[in-house]
Amino acid sequence: MSNEKTKMKIKKVILLGSGGLSIGQAGEFDYSGSQAIKALKEEGVKIILVNPNIATIQTSKGFADEVYFLPVTKEFVERIIIKEKPDGILLGFGGQTALNCGIELYNSGVLGKYNVKVLGTQVETIIVTEDKGMFAEALGKIDVKVPKSVNASTIDEGIQAANKIGYPVIVRIGYALGGLGSGFCNNEDELNTLLKEALTHSNQILIEESLKGWKEIEYEVMRDSYDNCMTVCNMENFDPLGIHTGESIVIAPSQTLTDNEYQQLRDLSIKVIRHLGIVGECNIQFALDPYSEEYRVIEVNARLSRSSALASKATGYPLAFIAAKLAVGYSLIDIPNPITGTTKTFFEPAMDYVVVKMPRWDHDKFKNVDRVIGSSMKSVGEVMGIGRKFEEALQKAIRMTHPGNIGLVSERFDLSSCFGNGECVKENEKCVTESIDKELKNPTDKRVFAIAKAFEEGYSVEKIFDITKIDKWFLYKLKNIIEISNELKKYNQKENNQQDYIKESNHSQKNCSQEILSTLPTELLKTAKQHGFSDKQIGKCITGKSDVKTMMLIRDIRKKAEIIPVIKQIDTLGAEYPCKTNYLYLTYNGTKDDVVVKEGMNGVIVLGSGAYSIGSSVEFDWCCVECVKTLRKENLPSIVINYNPETVSTDYDECDRLYFDELSLEVVLDIYEKENPIGIIVSVGGQIPNNLALQLAKCGVKILGTDAKIIDMVEDRHKFSNLLDELGVDQPEWKELTDMSEIKRFCSTVGYPILIRPSYVLSGAAMNVAYEEGDLDRYLHKATQLSKEHPIVLTKFITGAKEIDVDAVASKGEIKIYMISEHVENAGVHSGDATLVTPPQKLYLETVHRIKKIIKQIIKHLKITGPVNFQFLAKDNNIKIIECNLRASRSFPFVSKVYDINMIEAATKAILGKEVERIDTKAFDFNYVGVKAPQFSFTRLRGADPQLGVEMSSTGEVACLGDDMEEAFLKALMSTGFKLPKNTILLSTGDVKQKAKLLDSVKKLAEKGYMLYGTKGTADFYNMHGIQMEVLHWPLENKKPNVMEYMKNRKIDLVINIPKSNERIELSNDYTIRRTAADFSIPLITNMQCAKLFVEAICNYNENDLKVKSCNEYHKAMNE
Amino acid sequence: MKSHKKAKLVLEDGSVYDGYSFGYSESSAGEVVFNTGMAGYPQSLTDPSYAGQILIFTYPLIGNYGVGSKKQDENLLPLNFESDKIHVKGVIVSEYCQEHNHWDSESSFEEWLIKNKIPGIHGIDTRALTIKIREKGVMLGKIIVDDKEIEFYNPNHENQVKSVSRKDVKIIGNGKYKIIAVDCGMKYNQVRCLLKHDVTLKIVPWDYDFNKEEYEGLFLSNGPGDPIQCQVTIDNIKKAMELKKPIFGICLGNQLLALAAGAKTYKLKYGHRSQNQPCVITLNTENHEKKGFITSQNHGFAVDKKTLPKEWEELFYNANDNTNEGIKHKTLPFFSVQFHPEGFCGPKDTGYLFEEFIKMIKMSKINNSY
Repeated sequence: MSNEKTKMKIKKVILLGSGGLSIGQAGEFDYSGSQAIKALKEEGVKIILVNPNIATIQTSKGFADEVYFLPVTKEFVERIIIKEKPDGILLGFGGQTALNCGIELYNSGVLGKYNVKVLGTQVETIIVTEDKGMFAEALGKIDVKVPKSVNASTIDEGIQAANKIGYPVIVRIGYALGGLGSGFCNNEDELNTLLKEALTHSNQILIEESLKGWKEIEYEVMRDSYDNCMTVCNMENFDPLGIHTGESIVIAPSQTLTDNEYQQLRDLSIKVIRHLGIVGECNIQFALDPYSEEYRVIEVNARLSRSSALASKATGYPLAFIAAKLAVGYSLIDIPNPITGTTKTFFEPAMDYVVVKMPRWDHDKFKNVDRVIGSSMKSVGEVMGIGRKFEEALQKAIRMTHPGNIGLVSERFDLSSCFGNGECVKENEKCVTESIDKELKNPTDKRVFAIAKAFEEGYSVEKIFDITKIDKWFLYKLKNIIEISNELKKYNQKENNQQDYIKESNHSQKNCSQEILSTLPTELLKTAKQHGFSDKQIGKCITGKSDVKTMMLIRDIRKKAEIIPVIKQIDTLGAEYPCKTNYLYLTYNGTKDDVVVKEGMNGVIVLGSGAYSIGSSVEFDWCCVECVKTLRKENLPSIVINYNPETVSTDYDECDRLYFDELSLEVVLDIYEKENPIGIIVSVGGQIPNNLALQLAKCGVKILGTDAKIIDMVEDRHKFSNLLDELGVDQPEWKELTDMSEIKRFCSTVGYPILIRPSYVLSGAAMNVAYEEGDLDRYLHKATQLSKEHPIVLTKFITGAKEIDVDAVASKGEIKIYMISEHVENAGVHSGDATLVTPPQKLYLETVHRIKKIIKQIIKHLKITGPVNFQFLAKDNNIKIIECNLRASRSFPFVSKVYDINMIEAATKAILGKEVERIDTKAFDFNYVGVKAPQFSFTRLRGADPQLGVEMSSTGEVACLGDDMEEAFLKALMSTGFKLPKNTILLSTGDVKQKAKLLDSVKKLAEKGYMLYGTKGTADFYNMHGIQMEVLHWPLENKKPNVMEYMKNRKIDLVINIPKSNERIELSNDYTIRRTAADFSIPLITNMQCAKLFVEAICNYNENDLKVKSCNEYHKAMNE
Repeated sequence: MKSHKKAKLVLEDGSVYDGYSFGYSESSAGEVVFNTGMAGYPQSLTDPSYAGQILIFTYPLIGNYGVGSKKQDENLLPLNFESDKIHVKGVIVSEYCQEHNHWDSESSFEEWLIKNKIPGIHGIDTRALTIKIREKGVMLGKIIVDDKEIEFYNPNHENQVKSVSRKDVKIIGNGKYKIIAVDCGMKYNQVRCLLKHDVTLKIVPWDYDFNKEEYEGLFLSNGPGDPIQCQVTIDNIKKAMELKKPIFGICLGNQLLALAAGAKTYKLKYGHRSQNQPCVITLNTENHEKKGFITSQNHGFAVDKKTLPKEWEELFYNANDNTNEGIKHKTLPFFSVQFHPEGFCGPKDTGYLFEEFIKMIKMSKINNSY
């Protein structure tokens, strides 16, 4: 860094984080925040971080000077400002949450009052970019075009507006949810009809020019306070305008733009950013007419964004790091490019590869969710494939989104569409065409596979373009992939000679391999690999199978033909200058490795977590990063494999070598063979690496830590169950069955409720609880194919039990550290959706003793080394084990940070065979409590039922510390965006038993002076018990006063809706209440234990009583 | 998918790269250089500065949007190209796009190469090749198609400017200020950028003696090869400098002006050919050495800043490697830049330099009228 002093003398900065991961605001802000911290630390600036997301890397030790696990709201941040007296604040690194909080702090005069200077882009500018009207006006001043739009409140005004704008137009309704009454109109007739309908909903109508089918292009722009301006990267959406960029496949750099178009939009970006006065980084989105150079500016994000994280990973240019430097006054010319070390950060990266970003959806996890993708974001994660051909990068990305994907194959589409509707079970021609057309018109998460299917069914590029408006360039590329598949299928042994193939299965693999090799042209095999085909995918074309055996066969063939990938570096400059960093990917479109592995390098490969999804997110990135840090401390070269652009583990400076590539058996083996490391760590990246352990070990890969066979034993239900029996450890009764009568017999023997887990899941169905035989019939008929290959697992579902999580570190079968967390909710709520408390507050000592005994026993028996996680049920000191994972769990960062003991560091040391100190947390005197709460994204997921169940549905988590459980719980709840009720609470509290259980709590609410409303039964019950509660009628009843009217008019501050335990009608009144709460962002509690705890908490604490204490302060108090 | 016949790239150090032939099917030799731009291949290939060279595109997908139409501006200059033909001797890519798509395209990339009789080779590890050139410096090479062996060819031993410069004088525009533009391989967009102003442009061949003529400003264009091959032009510029009228040079023009001023030029190891070169302005700014521009570049030779006579100073330098990116006379209205303010392909952030030139002309006219 230049020695020159920065112009601003900033000593202490407050940095706002983004809170719990939610749809639209995920791991990318851990990346940007942690980069900002690194950049400012270099400048000697003290950093105060506010972020309740305890699983993040930025909140780890060694990053910020003080960390506050508190809600990112005006109220809390103001109190932190008063306490910490910072002289600067950074608003651009914590997503929309931080930005909104910053605007509030500014508008309410807090920043001015306490002399806190906003670093980087000023709030006035941010406000302009956030307000549609002001933004259009600002751009109008410099003759930059935005979409034309006119307000209308009558049909005549609407038609006049449309005539002015020109057809087609979009009609939008002010304040309507879910696009109710909105739509496209091609002419006056259509507009007339639509306006009539629209005006019944609202008298605020917006007529907007339609940009349907236009290309969507984004630029990432940097500007310093010296007015130096440049674009880091541009990106093109695969889908035309209309599909949210978070829902679209995105490619960088743009592929279909000429230099003229590229430069036109680049010039406009710079012009706009200069005019607005951005300092730091921003993102600008354009619509570009596919038939001319006409454009519109859609929006500017005056902050780091998901796209900027992607651009950063796509180019290697550390956008967030540089943006932080610019915020404290550096010029782009001052800062060296960290990738090369010799050149400057003032340049526009030249890529010599392409990247394809693909969203990861988890629609299967949500009941009732609308699967169609469109203008709002629903994806929960993303991946990035890198290649030197579009096809290569795309197929990598497809596989990265789901470990089960083998590439662009049409089969992925058939499943959802042809069987899913239940009517069209057999694949007939008409059905196929209909479902393809439907999917192309109204895309869902399966759209890219539908295009593959369409090509297979003989659709032309023209035809698909007509329906989808996806640029033909992309369609040609997809067609290429299908053509290569077809070419490969010509060598399908089975189809060529059916009889022989059957015999052939008795052949040894060697013979088979030689046979295929003799017929399959090497050139074709090479072409397929160059176009991103996986070995499994090639195997599927040739043998019809895509299992590991087939994969190994193809691997063998291609290695014999010397078709192996080469390692390429990402260097920001298209090889123009040598680079220092090892940001790498594999490609078959090359002949020479960029880097060499030195003899005796003795590296350790760490497998990352892959795409964020429900159940696997930033917590595993934290584990991965901490593991790599420990390797560094131990002087071992670290090699990370991961492909998630939202992560810190994919920052090239975190490890010695970063392979931004697939976490598949094939690719991990390829890298292993290139790197020849000491071994692989599979236990810090969640389930994806864990699942690879046994296969890797079978291929001769050295797995570090617990033996792969043991991992397999624990993962295999039968083997693990036998082991527990052997050890005398209790477990809920279970059976794996395929026959309906046996199923029924089992269920009636052990008694309902029963948890049903299909091993083969079709669309829309996953785990379920059957409360009676009728449920059984319904679930099994609807969702699963019962067969020998696809048995179902039935487990006794224990109600009223406490659930307990234990995270531990072991070394050679000896327990070194263990930490216990208890769930607030009773068993039955997925542990990922549960509220966790540590140290436990309500466990019997006896329970703890028994748990400890069991884990010691298992750890010893299995000779476990490394991280391990257990889940238990406890009912009256009866302990049953329900899960054991020989890997780090979701709660590792939580317990590590609450107790200030780095569990991953200890686990990594154990894995490396180093001495690990035994720590007994019982020895500490805890005068504080940590509570972890789930972060949901139901508002984004139209239709999804926001209730807790056996399937996980939270997208993130937060955790806070407090002097007691209630305080920590309230802080955590508020950190998820939950607003404490001011006056009114609506109750609908299940059956009589449940109502009775809540009686005390409801009494307290009434005593506290809340205005209580209840649905009929609820109100009657509590009135009977002397509590005043007003009746609101059910949503489906057409009576007033109605629940819906009160909720929509925001007359309700909080909804407590406890679903009846065996609720069946999905679109019931209860569902409508819960869904309306989600749609109108009304705080909602659906769990009995949570409701009770919440009432206790708000009766004991007002918001202002919640203490503003940093993490260090709590830890210090513990040590005193 | 079309399959292609095999071809090979042979470098003067003896290394051979196997690939496939596309475009015109004929062996071809030249100097192998690389360009890291990600779009703009029609402009690059028609840039006369590439005369005699075989161009590697480091971006792996070339030809995506085909080749644009022949539409022209009001001065009858084609809008999609920088001259009337392809100037490179050959093209090296990883993948050329067989199925292109763009509303303004008239032909595919391959058809265009065939029409212009330019051979290409694809399926090459262009990154490995680029790293070799970065490490060893630019070298001669040849694309061999159908095993038809040919000799290596060194374009720097010949006067490339002579071959690309126009042979006759052309006058465009009818404005107030008369500018002589010396065409050493002048890109169309330089013509366009000058014509945006109130000028009459007289474009003359590289060896044309303009010193007998009336004019208000002298413009020196870009062009290919070693600048010392253009001694005639250098001599003409020397004479012109005595008149003290504004002079503005771009790229080769920068080198010719420096040589006329008495400085020296040298060959860069592998040149600057890209659209992302950071140039810092050293003079006349509020924030001294804090203000920079992203520029488009295409040059293999550079001005040795240490040899600048004392009445000259550096105007821009490259933030990456500190090489000279422009010079300026301390008192007289002479300046030039190594990069391409007209962009195309690439950014036009320094396009204001054309205005600076016109301003100088206006100023000097006012001064001279006294």
